[in-house]
Amino acid sequence: MAAPTGVALKRTALNSLHKALGAKMVEFGGWEMPVEYSGIIQEHLAVRQAAGLFDVSHMGEIEVSGPRALPLLQYITCNDASRLKDFQAQYSALMLPKGSAIDDCVVHRWGEDHYFLCVNAANTERDFDWIVQHNAVGAELRNVSAEYAQLALQGPRALEIISKVTPTSVAGLEYYWFCRARCCDVEGILARTGYTGEDGFEFYFPVAESAKVWNTLLEAGRPEGLVPAGLGARNTLRLEAGYPLYGHELDEDTSLFEANLGWIVKLEKGEFMGRDALVEQRARGIRKKLVGFEMRDRGIARDGYAVYIEGKAAGHVASGSYAPFLKKNIGMAYIPPSLAKVGREIEVEIRGKMAGAQVVPLPFYRRTK
Amino acid sequence: MYPQEFLYTKEHEWIRVDEQIGTIGITDHAQKELGDIVYVELPKSGEHVAAGESFGTVESVKAVSEIYAPVSGEVTAVNPKLQNNPETLNSDPHGEGWLIQIRLSERSEIEKLMTADEYEAYLQKEKST
Repeated sequence: MAAPTGVALKRTALNSLHKALGAKMVEFGGWEMPVEYSGIIQEHLAVRQAAGLFDVSHMGEIEVSGPRALPLLQYITCNDASRLKDFQAQYSALMLPKGSAIDDCVVHRWGEDHYFLCVNAANTERDFDWIVQHNAVGAELRNVSAEYAQLALQGPRALEIISKVTPTSVAGLEYYWFCRARCCDVEGILARTGYTGEDGFEFYFPVAESAKVWNTLLEAGRPEGLVPAGLGARNTLRLEAGYPLYGHELDEDTSLFEANLGWIVKLEKGEFMGRDALVEQRARGIRKKLVGFEMRDRGIARDGYAVYIEGKAAGHVASGSYAPFLKKNIGMAYIPPSLAKVGREIEVEIRGKMAGAQVVPLPFYRRTK
Repeated sequence: MYPQEFLYTKEHEWIRVDEQIGTIGITDHAQKELGDIVYVELPKSGEHVAAGESFGTVESVKAVSEIYAPVSGEVTAVNPKLQNNPETLNSDPHGEGWLIQIRLSERSEIEKLMTADEYEAYLQKEKST
Protein backbone atom coordinates (compact mmCIF):
# COMPACT_ATOMS: atom_id res chain seq x y z
CA MET A 1 0.00 0.00 0.00
CA ALA A 2 1.60 3.28 -1.03
CA ALA A 3 1.21 6.45 0.97
CA PRO A 4 -0.60 9.24 -0.78
CA THR A 5 2.15 11.38 -2.29
CA GLY A 6 2.96 14.56 -0.48
CA VAL A 7 1.53 13.29 2.81
CA ALA A 8 4.08 12.84 5.58
CA LEU A 9 4.04 9.42 7.22
CA LYS A 10 2.93 9.27 10.81
CA ARG A 11 5.41 7.95 13.32
CA THR A 12 4.89 6.27 16.65
CA ALA A 13 6.71 7.63 19.69
CA LEU A 14 9.18 4.72 19.37
CA ASN A 15 10.27 5.54 15.83
CA SER A 16 13.83 6.57 16.74
CA LEU A 17 14.24 3.60 19.09
CA HIS A 18 13.26 1.23 16.30
CA LYS A 19 15.84 2.80 14.03
CA ALA A 20 18.48 2.63 16.76
CA LEU A 21 17.74 -1.10 17.06
CA GLY A 22 18.51 -1.43 13.35
CA ALA A 23 14.93 -1.89 12.21
CA LYS A 24 14.09 -1.75 8.55
CA MET A 25 11.22 0.73 8.26
CA VAL A 26 8.31 0.57 5.82
CA GLU A 27 5.12 2.43 5.09
CA PHE A 28 2.02 0.74 6.49
CA GLY A 29 -1.42 2.32 6.56
CA GLY A 30 0.03 5.83 6.47
CA TRP A 31 2.59 5.07 9.18
CA GLU A 32 6.33 4.51 9.10
CA MET A 33 6.67 1.22 10.97
CA PRO A 34 9.41 -1.35 11.67
CA VAL A 35 9.00 -4.36 9.35
CA GLU A 36 11.91 -6.31 10.84
CA TYR A 37 14.86 -6.00 13.20
CA SER A 38 16.97 -9.19 13.22
CA GLY A 39 14.99 -10.85 10.42
CA ILE A 40 11.39 -11.98 9.97
CA ILE A 41 12.15 -15.69 10.43
CA GLN A 42 14.06 -15.23 13.68
CA GLU A 43 11.40 -12.88 15.08
CA HIS A 44 8.59 -15.20 14.02
CA LEU A 45 10.27 -18.20 15.70
CA ALA A 46 10.96 -16.17 18.85
CA VAL A 47 7.24 -15.47 19.18
CA ARG A 48 6.35 -19.16 18.69
CA GLN A 49 9.05 -20.38 21.10
CA ALA A 50 9.72 -17.54 23.57
CA ALA A 51 8.30 -14.04 23.10
CA GLY A 52 8.26 -11.00 20.85
CA LEU A 53 7.47 -7.35 21.53
CA PHE A 54 5.60 -5.40 18.86
CA ASP A 55 5.00 -1.66 18.69
CA VAL A 56 1.40 -1.49 17.51
CA SER A 57 0.83 2.11 18.53
CA HIS A 58 -0.42 2.80 15.01
CA MET A 59 -3.64 0.92 15.85
CA GLY A 60 -6.62 3.19 16.48
CA GLU A 61 -8.66 3.49 19.66
CA ILE A 62 -12.22 4.82 19.74
CA GLU A 63 -14.18 5.40 22.94
CA VAL A 64 -17.93 4.93 22.96
CA SER A 65 -19.67 6.05 26.13
CA GLY A 66 -22.87 7.34 27.67
CA PRO A 67 -26.27 5.72 28.12
CA ARG A 68 -26.59 5.19 24.36
CA ALA A 69 -23.20 3.50 23.96
CA LEU A 70 -24.53 -0.05 23.86
CA PRO A 71 -27.41 0.69 21.44
CA LEU A 72 -24.91 2.32 19.05
CA LEU A 73 -22.49 -0.60 19.25
CA GLN A 74 -25.31 -3.06 18.72
CA TYR A 75 -26.29 -1.17 15.59
CA ILE A 76 -22.86 -0.58 14.06
CA THR A 77 -21.16 -3.93 14.86
CA CYS A 78 -22.23 -7.48 14.01
CA ASN A 79 -21.27 -9.29 17.21
CA ASP A 80 -23.51 -9.08 20.28
CA ALA A 81 -21.91 -6.50 22.55
CA SER A 82 -24.70 -7.00 25.12
CA ARG A 83 -23.10 -10.33 26.01
CA LEU A 84 -19.96 -8.61 27.25
CA LYS A 85 -19.30 -8.34 30.95
CA ASP A 86 -17.24 -5.55 32.48
CA PHE A 87 -13.56 -5.93 31.50
CA GLN A 88 -14.34 -8.40 28.76
CA ALA A 89 -13.34 -7.99 25.11
CA GLN A 90 -14.91 -9.28 21.92
CA TYR A 91 -13.74 -9.65 18.34
CA SER A 92 -16.25 -7.93 16.06
CA ALA A 93 -16.63 -5.89 12.90
CA LEU A 94 -17.86 -2.40 12.03
CA MET A 95 -20.48 -3.02 9.40
CA LEU A 96 -21.56 -1.65 6.04
CA PRO A 97 -25.14 -2.01 4.74
CA LYS A 98 -24.17 -4.73 2.25
CA GLY A 99 -23.04 -7.15 4.97
CA SER A 100 -19.33 -6.50 4.62
CA ALA A 101 -17.02 -4.85 7.13
CA ILE A 102 -15.64 -1.33 6.97
CA ASP A 103 -13.12 -2.71 9.49
CA ASP A 104 -12.66 -5.50 11.99
CA CYS A 105 -12.16 -4.52 15.60
CA VAL A 106 -11.96 -5.58 19.22
CA VAL A 107 -14.68 -4.16 21.47
CA HIS A 108 -13.67 -3.76 25.14
CA ARG A 109 -16.29 -3.11 27.80
CA TRP A 110 -15.32 -1.00 30.81
CA GLY A 111 -18.88 -0.80 32.07
CA GLU A 112 -22.44 -0.72 30.86
CA ASP A 113 -21.99 2.73 29.37
CA HIS A 114 -18.31 2.77 28.53
CA TYR A 115 -16.53 0.86 25.76
CA PHE A 116 -13.41 1.24 23.71
CA LEU A 117 -12.71 -0.18 20.28
CA CYS A 118 -9.32 -1.11 18.89
CA VAL A 119 -9.35 -0.68 15.09
CA ASN A 120 -6.89 -0.87 12.21
CA ALA A 121 -4.47 2.02 11.73
CA ALA A 122 -5.25 2.65 8.08
CA ASN A 123 -9.00 2.71 8.75
CA THR A 124 -9.17 4.66 12.00
CA GLU A 125 -10.37 7.99 10.64
CA ARG A 126 -12.79 6.43 8.20
CA ASP A 127 -14.15 4.15 10.98
CA PHE A 128 -14.61 7.09 13.31
CA ASP A 129 -16.39 9.17 10.67
CA TRP A 130 -18.63 6.21 9.83
CA ILE A 131 -19.60 5.68 13.47
CA VAL A 132 -20.24 9.40 13.97
CA GLN A 133 -22.38 9.47 10.84
CA HIS A 134 -24.55 6.61 12.13
CA ASN A 135 -24.76 7.74 15.71
CA ALA A 136 -28.46 8.58 15.52
CA VAL A 137 -28.96 7.34 19.08
CA GLY A 138 -26.56 9.95 20.51
CA ALA A 139 -23.71 8.05 22.12
CA GLU A 140 -20.58 9.96 23.10
CA LEU A 141 -17.70 9.29 20.74
CA ARG A 142 -14.03 10.11 21.00
CA ASN A 143 -11.18 9.16 18.70
CA VAL A 144 -8.45 8.73 21.32
CA SER A 145 -5.90 7.10 19.00
CA ALA A 146 -3.34 9.85 19.46
CA GLU A 147 -3.44 9.50 23.25
CA TYR A 148 -2.62 5.80 23.41
CA ALA A 149 0.49 3.83 22.68
CA GLN A 150 -0.01 0.09 22.31
CA LEU A 151 2.54 -2.68 22.71
CA ALA A 152 1.85 -6.35 22.06
CA LEU A 153 3.85 -8.86 24.08
CA GLN A 154 3.27 -12.24 22.47
CA GLY A 155 4.56 -15.76 22.95
CA PRO A 156 4.62 -18.66 25.41
CA ARG A 157 6.88 -16.70 27.80
CA ALA A 158 4.69 -13.57 27.73
CA LEU A 159 3.03 -14.29 31.06
CA GLU A 160 6.36 -14.77 32.85
CA ILE A 161 7.69 -11.55 31.37
CA ILE A 162 4.67 -9.38 32.08
CA SER A 163 4.56 -10.74 35.65
CA LYS A 164 8.01 -9.25 36.26
CA VAL A 165 6.88 -5.71 35.46
CA THR A 166 3.45 -5.51 37.06
CA PRO A 167 2.31 -5.95 40.68
CA THR A 168 -1.10 -6.98 39.32
CA SER A 169 -1.69 -10.72 39.27
CA VAL A 170 -2.34 -11.44 35.62
CA ALA A 171 -2.06 -15.24 35.55
CA GLY A 172 -5.82 -15.47 36.14
CA LEU A 173 -6.66 -12.98 33.41
CA GLU A 174 -8.40 -15.05 30.77
CA TYR A 175 -8.16 -14.82 27.01
CA TYR A 176 -10.15 -11.81 25.76
CA TRP A 177 -10.43 -10.20 29.19
CA PHE A 178 -8.59 -7.08 30.34
CA CYS A 179 -7.85 -5.08 33.47
CA ARG A 180 -6.45 -1.78 34.62
CA ALA A 181 -2.83 -2.45 35.43
CA ARG A 182 0.37 -0.71 36.31
CA CYS A 183 3.07 -2.12 34.05
CA CYS A 184 6.64 -0.82 34.03
CA ASP A 185 5.39 1.86 36.45
CA VAL A 186 2.85 3.12 33.94
CA GLU A 187 -0.94 2.99 34.38
CA GLY A 188 -2.74 1.46 31.46
CA ILE A 189 -5.07 -1.18 30.12
CA LEU A 190 -3.72 -4.72 29.96
CA ALA A 191 -5.65 -7.12 27.74
CA ARG A 192 -5.03 -10.82 27.16
CA THR A 193 -5.40 -10.48 23.41
CA GLY A 194 -3.19 -10.70 20.37
CA TYR A 195 -2.81 -11.38 16.69
CA THR A 196 -0.14 -14.07 16.55
CA GLY A 197 -1.81 -17.34 17.56
CA GLU A 198 0.15 -17.35 20.82
CA ASP A 199 -0.70 -16.46 24.38
CA GLY A 200 0.08 -12.83 25.09
CA PHE A 201 -0.92 -9.37 26.18
CA GLU A 202 -1.65 -6.03 24.64
CA PHE A 203 -0.94 -2.98 26.79
CA TYR A 204 -2.56 0.39 26.06
CA PHE A 205 -1.05 3.35 27.88
CA PRO A 206 -0.32 7.09 27.56
CA VAL A 207 1.81 7.72 24.51
CA ALA A 208 4.35 9.86 26.44
CA GLU A 209 5.44 6.75 28.36
CA SER A 210 6.24 4.75 25.21
CA ALA A 211 10.02 4.57 25.56
CA LYS A 212 9.87 3.67 29.23
CA VAL A 213 7.49 0.76 28.71
CA TRP A 214 9.27 -0.49 25.59
CA ASN A 215 12.73 -0.43 27.15
CA THR A 216 11.62 -1.88 30.48
CA LEU A 217 9.81 -4.76 28.81
CA LEU A 218 12.69 -5.57 26.45
CA GLU A 219 15.11 -5.56 29.36
CA ALA A 220 12.85 -7.64 31.63
CA GLY A 221 12.22 -10.19 28.92
CA ARG A 222 15.76 -10.64 27.67
CA PRO A 223 16.49 -13.69 29.90
CA GLU A 224 13.31 -15.33 28.54
CA GLY A 225 14.38 -14.73 24.95
CA LEU A 226 12.19 -11.71 24.22
CA VAL A 227 13.08 -9.88 21.00
CA PRO A 228 11.60 -6.83 19.28
CA ALA A 229 9.43 -8.00 16.39
CA GLY A 230 8.18 -6.09 13.38
CA LEU A 231 5.19 -6.05 11.08
CA GLY A 232 6.77 -8.70 8.85
CA ALA A 233 6.63 -11.33 11.59
CA ARG A 234 3.25 -10.02 12.73
CA ASN A 235 1.93 -10.79 9.26
CA THR A 236 3.42 -14.28 8.94
CA LEU A 237 2.30 -15.14 12.50
CA ARG A 238 -1.29 -14.08 11.88
CA LEU A 239 -1.31 -15.93 8.56
CA GLU A 240 -0.19 -19.20 10.19
CA ALA A 241 -2.92 -18.63 12.80
CA GLY A 242 -5.47 -18.09 10.01
CA TYR A 243 -6.47 -14.60 11.16
CA PRO A 244 -7.84 -12.16 8.59
CA LEU A 245 -6.09 -8.90 7.75
CA TYR A 246 -8.25 -6.02 6.58
CA GLY A 247 -7.49 -5.21 2.95
CA HIS A 248 -6.59 -8.85 2.27
CA GLU A 249 -9.16 -11.32 3.61
CA LEU A 250 -11.62 -8.54 4.43
CA ASP A 251 -12.82 -5.63 2.36
CA GLU A 252 -15.99 -3.79 1.41
CA ASP A 253 -16.93 -6.42 -1.17
CA THR A 254 -16.56 -9.45 1.09
CA SER A 255 -19.33 -10.52 3.43
CA LEU A 256 -18.45 -11.83 6.84
CA PHE A 257 -19.87 -15.24 5.92
CA GLU A 258 -17.55 -15.42 2.94
CA ALA A 259 -14.59 -14.62 5.20
CA ASN A 260 -15.47 -17.47 7.61
CA LEU A 261 -16.51 -14.91 10.20
CA GLY A 262 -20.06 -16.18 10.65
CA TRP A 263 -19.11 -16.87 14.28
CA ILE A 264 -19.05 -13.12 15.02
CA VAL A 265 -22.37 -12.47 13.24
CA LYS A 266 -25.25 -12.57 15.71
CA LEU A 267 -28.37 -12.28 13.54
CA GLU A 268 -30.59 -13.04 16.53
CA LYS A 269 -29.51 -9.92 18.47
CA GLY A 270 -31.87 -7.70 16.50
CA GLU A 271 -31.50 -5.03 13.83
CA PHE A 272 -27.99 -3.95 12.88
CA MET A 273 -26.20 -2.43 9.91
CA GLY A 274 -25.85 -5.03 7.17
CA ARG A 275 -28.12 -7.58 8.83
CA ASP A 276 -30.65 -7.65 5.99
CA ALA A 277 -27.93 -8.37 3.45
CA LEU A 278 -26.51 -11.13 5.63
CA VAL A 279 -29.94 -12.70 6.15
CA GLU A 280 -30.51 -12.65 2.42
CA GLN A 281 -27.09 -14.15 1.78
CA ARG A 282 -27.72 -16.88 4.31
CA ALA A 283 -30.80 -17.87 2.29
CA ARG A 284 -29.26 -17.48 -1.16
CA GLY A 285 -25.73 -18.63 -0.43
CA ILE A 286 -22.33 -16.98 -0.47
CA ARG A 287 -20.54 -16.01 -3.69
CA LYS A 288 -17.02 -17.01 -2.65
CA LYS A 289 -15.36 -18.67 0.29
CA LEU A 290 -12.06 -18.17 2.04
CA VAL A 291 -9.93 -21.32 2.22
CA GLY A 292 -6.43 -22.15 3.37
CA PHE A 293 -4.00 -23.78 0.96
CA GLU A 294 -0.52 -25.22 0.95
CA MET A 295 1.73 -25.13 -2.07
CA ARG A 296 2.56 -28.58 -3.42
CA ASP A 297 4.85 -27.34 -6.18
CA ARG A 298 7.78 -25.04 -5.52
CA GLY A 299 6.96 -21.35 -5.39
CA ILE A 300 5.39 -18.84 -3.07
CA ALA A 301 1.85 -17.62 -3.68
CA ARG A 302 1.61 -13.89 -3.06
CA ASP A 303 -1.31 -11.59 -2.37
CA GLY A 304 -3.41 -11.05 -5.47
CA TYR A 305 -2.14 -13.98 -7.54
CA ALA A 306 -4.81 -15.72 -9.63
CA VAL A 307 -6.14 -19.13 -8.59
CA TYR A 308 -7.26 -21.74 -11.13
CA ILE A 309 -9.23 -24.91 -10.59
CA GLU A 310 -9.38 -27.53 -13.34
CA GLY A 311 -7.92 -25.03 -15.75
CA LYS A 312 -10.46 -22.30 -15.08
CA ALA A 313 -9.97 -18.97 -13.34
CA ALA A 314 -11.52 -19.52 -9.92
CA GLY A 315 -10.41 -16.75 -7.59
CA HIS A 316 -7.41 -15.05 -6.07
CA VAL A 317 -4.92 -15.30 -3.24
CA ALA A 318 -5.87 -13.04 -0.32
CA SER A 319 -2.59 -13.57 1.57
CA GLY A 320 0.33 -15.82 0.78
CA SER A 321 3.79 -16.30 2.20
CA TYR A 322 6.47 -18.63 3.33
CA ALA A 323 5.43 -19.76 6.82
CA PRO A 324 8.53 -19.65 9.02
CA PHE A 325 7.33 -21.98 11.80
CA LEU A 326 5.58 -24.52 9.56
CA LYS A 327 8.36 -24.21 6.98
CA LYS A 328 5.84 -24.42 4.15
CA ASN A 329 4.50 -22.05 1.54
CA ILE A 330 0.92 -21.30 2.55
CA GLY A 331 -1.86 -18.89 1.80
CA MET A 332 -5.53 -18.06 2.01
CA ALA A 333 -7.60 -17.68 -1.14
CA TYR A 334 -11.12 -16.88 -2.22
CA ILE A 335 -12.63 -19.56 -4.44
CA PRO A 336 -16.20 -20.62 -5.40
CA PRO A 337 -17.96 -22.15 -2.37
CA SER A 338 -18.89 -25.28 -4.33
CA LEU A 339 -15.19 -26.00 -4.88
CA ALA A 340 -14.04 -25.10 -1.38
CA LYS A 341 -13.32 -28.59 -0.06
CA VAL A 342 -10.33 -29.67 1.97
CA GLY A 343 -8.08 -31.75 -0.22
CA ARG A 344 -9.05 -30.07 -3.48
CA GLU A 345 -6.19 -29.48 -5.87
CA ILE A 346 -5.87 -25.89 -7.04
CA GLU A 347 -3.30 -24.00 -9.06
CA VAL A 348 -1.80 -20.62 -8.38
CA GLU A 349 -0.44 -18.58 -11.25
CA ILE A 350 3.04 -17.47 -10.23
CA ARG A 351 4.61 -15.11 -12.75
CA GLY A 352 2.88 -16.74 -15.68
CA LYS A 353 3.36 -20.36 -14.58
CA MET A 354 0.89 -22.65 -12.84
CA ALA A 355 2.00 -24.09 -9.52
CA GLY A 356 0.01 -26.81 -7.77
CA ALA A 357 -1.46 -26.31 -4.31
CA GLN A 358 -4.04 -28.04 -2.14
CA VAL A 359 -6.86 -26.78 0.05
CA VAL A 360 -6.12 -27.53 3.72
CA PRO A 361 -8.03 -26.88 6.95
CA LEU A 362 -7.70 -23.52 8.74
CA PRO A 363 -5.94 -22.53 10.88
CA PHE A 364 -2.57 -23.74 9.63
CA TYR A 365 -1.19 -23.47 13.13
CA ARG A 366 -2.80 -23.88 16.54
CA ARG A 367 -0.77 -23.63 19.70
CA THR A 368 -0.70 -26.51 22.14
CA LYS A 369 -1.89 -25.33 25.53
CA MET B 1 33.40 -5.49 1.64
CA TYR B 2 32.87 -5.70 -2.13
CA PRO B 3 35.49 -7.91 -3.83
CA GLN B 4 37.75 -5.99 -6.20
CA GLU B 5 37.78 -8.83 -8.72
CA PHE B 6 34.00 -8.62 -9.24
CA LEU B 7 32.07 -6.28 -11.51
CA TYR B 8 28.66 -4.91 -10.45
CA THR B 9 25.31 -3.79 -11.85
CA LYS B 10 22.96 -1.03 -10.76
CA GLU B 11 20.43 -3.77 -9.93
CA HIS B 12 22.89 -5.18 -7.37
CA GLU B 13 24.21 -8.25 -9.13
CA TRP B 14 27.90 -9.14 -9.27
CA ILE B 15 29.87 -11.11 -11.84
CA ARG B 16 33.34 -12.61 -11.65
CA VAL B 17 34.79 -13.28 -15.08
CA ASP B 18 37.47 -15.93 -15.67
CA GLU B 19 38.28 -16.15 -19.36
CA GLN B 20 34.91 -16.83 -21.01
CA ILE B 21 33.10 -18.03 -17.87
CA GLY B 22 31.24 -15.62 -15.63
CA THR B 23 29.95 -16.47 -12.15
CA ILE B 24 26.92 -14.37 -11.16
CA GLY B 25 25.38 -13.57 -7.78
CA ILE B 26 23.58 -10.84 -5.87
CA THR B 27 25.45 -8.36 -3.71
CA ASP B 28 25.56 -8.16 0.05
CA HIS B 29 23.54 -4.95 -0.22
CA ALA B 30 20.84 -6.81 -2.18
CA GLN B 31 20.54 -9.64 0.35
CA LYS B 32 20.31 -7.14 3.20
CA GLU B 33 17.57 -5.22 1.46
CA LEU B 34 15.61 -8.40 0.78
CA GLY B 35 15.86 -9.91 4.24
CA ASP B 36 15.49 -13.66 4.88
CA ILE B 37 15.65 -15.38 1.50
CA VAL B 38 13.41 -18.43 1.25
CA TYR B 39 13.12 -19.23 -2.44
CA VAL B 40 15.27 -18.92 -5.53
CA GLU B 41 14.17 -19.60 -9.10
CA LEU B 42 16.93 -19.97 -11.67
CA PRO B 43 17.28 -21.00 -15.32
CA LYS B 44 18.61 -24.43 -16.30
CA SER B 45 21.98 -25.19 -17.81
CA GLY B 46 21.90 -24.59 -21.55
CA GLU B 47 19.45 -21.71 -21.40
CA HIS B 48 20.44 -18.27 -22.61
CA VAL B 49 20.43 -15.11 -20.57
CA ALA B 50 20.57 -11.64 -22.07
CA ALA B 51 22.32 -8.61 -20.59
CA GLY B 52 19.91 -6.46 -18.62
CA GLU B 53 17.11 -9.00 -18.76
CA SER B 54 15.60 -10.93 -15.87
CA PHE B 55 16.84 -14.52 -15.62
CA GLY B 56 15.31 -15.53 -12.32
CA THR B 57 13.81 -14.44 -9.04
CA VAL B 58 14.87 -14.34 -5.43
CA GLU B 59 12.14 -14.28 -2.80
CA SER B 60 12.41 -13.26 0.80
CA VAL B 61 9.62 -13.79 3.30
CA LYS B 62 8.30 -10.37 2.40
CA ALA B 63 9.19 -9.69 -1.22
CA VAL B 64 9.87 -11.02 -4.71
CA SER B 65 12.86 -9.61 -6.56
CA GLU B 66 13.95 -10.18 -10.16
CA ILE B 67 17.57 -10.91 -10.91
CA TYR B 68 19.07 -9.36 -14.05
CA ALA B 69 21.91 -10.73 -16.12
CA PRO B 70 24.97 -8.45 -16.07
CA VAL B 71 26.03 -9.81 -19.47
CA SER B 72 24.69 -12.21 -22.10
CA GLY B 73 25.57 -15.88 -22.39
CA GLU B 74 24.65 -19.50 -22.02
CA VAL B 75 24.11 -21.00 -18.58
CA THR B 76 26.80 -23.62 -17.86
CA ALA B 77 26.10 -24.27 -14.16
CA VAL B 78 23.44 -23.54 -11.55
CA ASN B 79 24.29 -23.50 -7.86
CA PRO B 80 22.78 -26.81 -6.64
CA LYS B 81 22.81 -25.69 -3.02
CA LEU B 82 20.22 -22.98 -3.33
CA GLN B 83 17.12 -25.09 -3.88
CA ASN B 84 17.30 -26.54 -0.39
CA ASN B 85 19.38 -23.85 1.27
CA PRO B 86 18.30 -20.49 -0.11
CA GLU B 87 19.50 -18.84 3.12
CA THR B 88 23.04 -19.30 1.77
CA LEU B 89 22.30 -16.15 -0.21
CA ASN B 90 22.04 -14.25 3.07
CA SER B 91 25.02 -15.84 4.78
CA ASP B 92 27.53 -15.77 1.92
CA PRO B 93 26.22 -13.74 -1.04
CA HIS B 94 29.66 -13.23 -2.61
CA GLY B 95 30.82 -16.85 -2.19
CA GLU B 96 28.76 -19.98 -1.51
CA GLY B 97 25.62 -18.11 -2.50
CA TRP B 98 26.55 -17.67 -6.18
CA LEU B 99 23.60 -18.21 -8.52
CA ILE B 100 24.70 -19.31 -11.97
CA GLN B 101 27.72 -19.57 -14.26
CA ILE B 102 27.50 -18.56 -17.89
CA ARG B 103 29.68 -18.71 -20.98
CA LEU B 104 29.87 -15.08 -22.12
CA SER B 105 28.69 -14.46 -25.67
CA GLU B 106 29.62 -10.75 -25.80
CA ARG B 107 32.67 -10.20 -23.65
CA SER B 108 32.69 -6.49 -24.41
CA GLU B 109 29.49 -6.12 -22.36
CA ILE B 110 31.54 -6.22 -19.16
CA GLU B 111 32.89 -2.78 -19.98
CA LYS B 112 29.54 -1.27 -19.02
CA LEU B 113 29.65 -2.72 -15.50
CA MET B 114 30.89 -1.00 -12.35
CA THR B 115 34.08 -1.78 -10.49
CA ALA B 116 33.90 -2.40 -6.72
CA ASP B 117 34.85 1.21 -6.00
CA GLU B 118 32.28 2.53 -8.44
CA TYR B 119 29.63 0.24 -6.94
CA GLU B 120 30.36 1.43 -3.41
CA ALA B 121 30.12 5.04 -4.55
CA TYR B 122 26.85 4.15 -6.28
CA LEU B 123 25.48 2.65 -3.04
CA GLN B 124 26.45 5.80 -1.15
CA LYS B 125 24.64 7.90 -3.71
CA GLU B 126 21.54 5.66 -3.58
CA LYS B 127 21.51 5.90 0.19
CA SER B 128 21.59 9.69 0.21
CA THR B 129 18.68 10.11 -2.19
